[in-house]
Amino acid sequence: MSNLGIYIEIKKGKIQKNVKEVVSLAKSSGNTIFGVIFTNEFQNFKDELNGFDKIINVKGNDMVFHPDSFSETIAEIIKEHEMEYFMGSYSFKAKEIFPRIAGKLNECSLVNDCVNYNFGTGIATKPVYSGKLLKEIEIKNKLKLITLRSNVFPVEDLDAGSPELTEKTISDKIRSKVINVKKSESKSIDIMDADIIVSGGRGMKEKENFQILKDLASILNAGVGASRAAVDSEFASYNMQVGQTGKVVNPKLYFAIGISGAIQHFVGMKTSKIIVAINKDSEAPIFKKADYGIIGDLFKIVPMLKDELEKVL
Amino acid sequence: MNVFVLIKQVPDTEAMLSVRNGTSINEESIKWIISPYDEYALEEALKLKEKDADVVVNALTLGPVRAEGALRSALAMGADNGIHIECNEDLDIETRARMLAETIKKESDTGLVFIGKQAIDDDSNQTHILVAEYLDMPITTNIISFKLEGDKVTCEREIEDGDIETVEMNTPCVVTASKVLNTPRYASLMGIMKAKKIELTKITLSDLGNISTEKKTFTKRLFAPPEKAPGRLLEGEPEEMVKELVKILKDEVKVL
Ligand SMILES: Cc1cc2nc3c(=O)[nH]c(=O)nc-3n(C[C@H](O)[C@H](O)[C@H](O)COP(=O)(O)OP(=O)(O)OC[C@H]3O[C@@H](n4cnc5c(N)ncnc54)[C@H](O)[C@@H]3O)c2cc1C
Ligand SMILES: Nc1ncnc2c1ncn2[C@@H]1O[C@H](COP(=O)(O)O)[C@@H](O)[C@H]1O
Repeated sequence: MSNLGIYIEIKKGKIQKNVKEVVSLAKSSGNTIFGVIFTNEFQNFKDELNGFDKIINVKGNDMVFHPDSFSETIAEIIKEHEMEYFMGSYSFKAKEIFPRIAGKLNECSLVNDCVNYNFGTGIATKPVYSGKLLKEIEIKNKLKLITLRSNVFPVEDLDAGSPELTEKTISDKIRSKVINVKKSESKSIDIMDADIIVSGGRGMKEKENFQILKDLASILNAGVGASRAAVDSEFASYNMQVGQTGKVVNPKLYFAIGISGAIQHFVGMKTSKIIVAINKDSEAPIFKKADYGIIGDLFKIVPMLKDELEKVL
Repeated sequence: MNVFVLIKQVPDTEAMLSVRNGTSINEESIKWIISPYDEYALEEALKLKEKDADVVVNALTLGPVRAEGALRSALAMGADNGIHIECNEDLDIETRARMLAETIKKESDTGLVFIGKQAIDDDSNQTHILVAEYLDMPITTNIISFKLEGDKVTCEREIEDGDIETVEMNTPCVVTASKVLNTPRYASLMGIMKAKKIELTKITLSDLGNISTEKKTFTKRLFAPPEKAPGRLLEGEPEEMVKELVKILKDEVKVL
């Protein structure tokens, strides 16, 4: 049995929702599961730590997220406990932290964005070439750093147990200074967190027309995404772009509205559980890729869809 | 001041990929390009050079012989030097990052390293940060604006939820470029002609001191994910299609 650490990410005052997936997979390995949580308000989270054998609560004066201090602290923890695995959900923060840990430690390999990891064979599976292909990588290094793609792994019901709690002081090694944070004006949900995404393309014609997508999204509690053509035409901002040079999303339900379905867009959303396409061109490639398609004028269909959803939800 | 730009050669985004021998892609008939985000990184370095004649822009790539093409493109856009770490083997990512970092260390007076925020081929999303760690330099990722004053770098970067963070670092440091940073220039005809005459610096593993190439990760299999079953086009009047769609989403596939 070896020691396996998990980064318990906190986002907007809550434990990030995909951490449960990581714990569920890790638990199946039979290893000793350590949770590493950065907070001075541990009591707020202590009832949500099912599945962990041990918890390391990192505390300190400056707990604002900084990839330098977080990664340095985790690297110390990994060494102190001679961990053989350190895992997390492949989130924005993880993308910053995990490679830094890998760079600080010897005899370790990082594989990001895994859709499977087999503890028996030591083989990780991950999408490559924007998901056009999958790759199986055997990791033979002493320390394996693994991040998991969100919404892929089943969440198990795990026992609360009574994890042993220890504390650790956060590192103060910070090499860049954050001097300002400008909050986004848009109130919409980040597409990386959304279970449902409503995306618009060049077919939206004008920036103002994105309002009908926002209306639809607000009923569905969805995030609003966009194709690159919509972003380039300035209908939407770049942080909404889905695709090979935008974000790779993996929601339960994805609406592609006025989007033709170019390969570079498709690879950014193809793993969505259900894809719905609305397009007036029956020849649009998106219809070959969608689970359900409606051929028609989006300016007619979308408001209708909104009304119908309002009735039943 | 020396500035490095990391350039990775990747298959064109349109490329249809097939697998050869179970572990690598079939390279025949693939068009190779500079990884898109690396072009934004290069553009930012070229803009800096335009402002400050002391800046020397070094484009650096690690890859097989064909990767020369990416360096030629970078030179045609305006880079001063092209450095090619020739390497045909499938080395571990950490080894490749160490080779890139050691090559950068060979030069003195390096102030900045510009890198794309990620490569679009292996999606490993870590080389840039490993290089920064091995160089012992601070790094700011995903930048959308960049300013250098003396030895102070100020940049804005996109973080979660569309929020924008402003970060300060001292040189030498590393930044990684997002798409919003700039619009890469096209190579001029004159640039292309000039690029052909520039001699590339070739580097091999033996030039880089003691880097262990012992492999710890092994590609076992590369394969195409299973195709999705063909979908279903709804039929009827718009009202009927919409009603049916909602019913399916709610009651059949239960995603609402
Ligand atoms: C290096 C590179 C990277 C790229 N990265 C990305 C990326 O990350 N993401 C991305 O999305 N693209 C990316 N692209 C661009 C991609 O190739 C396509 O150009 C883009 O996705 C097209 O966007 P679109 O579908 O909105 O526009 P179009 O292809 O113009 O399609 C618009 C669609 O709207 C439909 N339409 C028009 N009016 C209506 C109406 N009234 N009702 C219903 N339907 C209507 C049309 O029938 C058409 O199918 C990239 C390209 C390159 C070369
Ligand atoms: N072989 C390479 N040669 C030059 N730059 C590279 C190489 N591999 C990765 N990089 C750089 O590191 C960034 C991240 O790469 P990756 O870890 O592959 O996503 C890329 O945008 C490149 O700029």
